[in-house]
Amino acid sequence: MELVGVIFTGIGVLFLLLGNFGILRLPDVYNRIQAGTKCTTFGTFFTIIGIGIIQPEWFWKCLLIAVFVLVTNPISSHAIARASKKIGVPLCDRSVVDQTKEFVEREET
Amino acid sequence: MVNKNPSFVGKVGNFLYLFSFLFLLWFVLTNTLNPEELFTGISISIVLSLILSNNYKKLGLPPLGIKRIEYFIMFTLVLLKEIVKANFDVAYRVLHPKLPIKPGIVIIKTELKQDIAKIILANSITLTPGTFTLDIKGNELLIHWINVRSEKKEESTKKIGERFEKYLKVVFA
Repeated sequence: MELVGVIFTGIGVLFLLLGNFGILRLPDVYNRIQAGTKCTTFGTFFTIIGIGIIQPEWFWKCLLIAVFVLVTNPISSHAIARASKKIGVPLCDRSVVDQTKEFVEREET
Repeated sequence: MVNKNPSFVGKVGNFLYLFSFLFLLWFVLTNTLNPEELFTGISISIVLSLILSNNYKKLGLPPLGIKRIEYFIMFTLVLLKEIVKANFDVAYRVLHPKLPIKPGIVIIKTELKQDIAKIILANSITLTPGTFTLDIKGNELLIHWINVRSEKKEESTKKIGERFEKYLKVVFA
């Protein structure tokens, strides 16, 4: 049982590491948030579930925490992204399309 | 759409729903069968659900139904599958020496009406491969896409939103 838990935690840590790679390698804030959100959600989920499997009496609490992380993580990244869009952080050079202007104008009319 | 005088049955249903949810939460957190703990949990759950079940409609949540629960479970399964896919997608892009990204910001449309449905849709989009929600206004969502595959609104809507919308539409009908 402990081995399964360790494997789960290992998978989680691996994805957290990949998320960190993403934050270092990707060019601008929006792409970094992409890597940050996805890998931390999945990584944290697996790490916490793994701990729950190692300590079975904590399992349900761990599951609750994991679901809570799953629900709140997208909201926090959305808040960061929206704030950086509002203060005008530019997109990186490799971006191909930006329809923000259209979006904002339609709101005003 | 919103029923101003929910029938008695609806009220009782909301009460039972809230009560079971709260009590389950209590049970998970205390994790004991000690009768004193259970009694405290039951009384607190009853009081809270009596207070909250009157405001249940304000949340915009639909009344419960077998079909809704069924579609919600299917939606959850699709979401979990997409989360796993999203992670391998990000892992691939990050580890590839050339960083195969083609980022951009696109607009997509949604047909969902209730705020809570839109929030669920936006959060699901954030967790799926290569997309996340920047902003919502009215029936449009501003999406950052790490690998833009179409710049037309209709096509992007089909590629990003539809796989969740078809379930949410039934749940919040």
